Amino acid sequence: MSKIFALAGVVIKELYRRKDFYVLFVLTALLTLGAGMVNFFHDDKIVRYVKDICLLLIWVSALVISVVTTARQIPAEREARTIFPLLAKPVSRAQVIVGKFLGCWLATGVALVVFYFFFAVVTGSKEHFWPWAAYLEAVWMHWVMLGVVIAMVLLGSIYFAAPSSTSTITIIVVGGILLLGTHLKIIALQQPEPMQFILTLGYFVMPHLEWYDLRDFVVYDMGLVPVRAVALATLYAAVWTGIFLVLAWLGFRRKNLTT
Amino acid sequence: MTAILQTQKLRVEYRSRDFRQGNKIALNGLDLEVHAGEVFGFLGPNGAGKTTTMNVLLGFVPPSSGGASLFGIDVRQPIARQRIGYLPELTYYYKFLTAEELLRFYAKIFGLTRAETDKRIAELLKLVELEHAAKRPIKSYSKGMQQRVGLAQSLINNPDLLILDEPTSGLDPLGRMKVREIIQRLKEQGKTVFFSSHELGEVEAICDRVAILDQGDLKAIGTVAEVSAGSANLEQAFLKIVGYQPSSAS
Repeated sequence: MSKIFALAGVVIKELYRRKDFYVLFVLTALLTLGAGMVNFFHDDKIVRYVKDICLLLIWVSALVISVVTTARQIPAEREARTIFPLLAKPVSRAQVIVGKFLGCWLATGVALVVFYFFFAVVTGSKEHFWPWAAYLEAVWMHWVMLGVVIAMVLLGSIYFAAPSSTSTITIIVVGGILLLGTHLKIIALQQPEPMQFILTLGYFVMPHLEWYDLRDFVVYDMGLVPVRAVALATLYAAVWTGIFLVLAWLGFRRKNLTT
Repeated sequence: MTAILQTQKLRVEYRSRDFRQGNKIALNGLDLEVHAGEVFGFLGPNGAGKTTTMNVLLGFVPPSSGGASLFGIDVRQPIARQRIGYLPELTYYYKFLTAEELLRFYAKIFGLTRAETDKRIAELLKLVELEHAAKRPIKSYSKGMQQRVGLAQSLINNPDLLILDEPTSGLDPLGRMKVREIIQRLKEQGKTVFFSSHELGEVEAICDRVAILDQGDLKAIGTVAEVSAGSANLEQAFLKIVGYQPSSAS
């Protein structure tokens, strides 16, 4: 495990020494503060709009950070040839994959905590109400969902040489799942065969990332999601993360790194 | 004598991108043994198969047939690399890390304790004369300094076998002398050094045995005196072995 943590540590150091996170955080902070200061139509419920905007920005920023950071890990190691001194040590390719995943996931987790804390401070200062348990649940579900995304990006980065290709494809796929995931089954029922079968199959075989979106629970103070549902969702995400990581390892194991 | 690095009928074929050309044979049944405590020079013109051999030994490239082992362990097992140090031809390290952080990272990979790591880092930074720059990011280093960091990382685990791919390539005369001194010191400590080089004078000065490879075939192996027999020096012997024909003056 110490090898995996060592690899993860380098990923985290890279993230906080680059400017990506700071730029996105400052942007999110400025937009949220700007939205929070304007009092549209003297509406008392304005805080809901602020929450909605802020959470949307957090989701976009966290997705960009996780995808961009992960997509460059393996290609950058290959391009800078740092992969060779690394693999010349007693470290397996499976450990490299898991170490990279863990580093990206932990780094994204730190970013999420910073974003949500800022969110709690801004919205709490307006409504003088801090539902910490709901926030904690939202952060956890968001982080677990990003675990699946990070594993998916790692898999993509084994096959696509350019990080930009991996990032673009993943953002489109994740965006598509988040926007259409819930509706896909309904859309399928309205289609003729064989489209109905294809869309239904797609609904059942895709990772349902939209289940992890608890923004409405936070914005409309809908209370907590039952712990059992959170646990099951976590297990579901762990299975998908595992599948993507195994596929990434299978690809990386056979990859000729010298060409 | 114990062979700590061994290849048996090692063959590596690359599939050509152009299907009309067929497969390219990078190594053709290489049999090699390097014994404990010797400094072994691995020579050959560009494209001879030196780097491919090293890539197989380090587990980067799987052999098409035959095998290779380090300390009797198949090179495909990561544990085979527990007692080796590797310095690539050109220096490639995480530029956002400092030399100290880089060495600490590799020490963790080898499972060194904190106390061992601290001691080893202090020794190595002194050896490669980088104590003053230990806390500066590697991106701010000169080429020579980066090569010295490379040498330090290859020694972090106090390896019994050091694999160096053209260690003095691109260095100024002072840097070359420094690397040569370090190799000599390691030899005195009883370490085994396996290195490729185009600097035949350097090889002649420090190697116990050499092997000459050409187009994937092992052409000669033995002590420097054995390989140079019948020629003025190692360079002349090398040119003769690889079939160099001097162009006649017009």
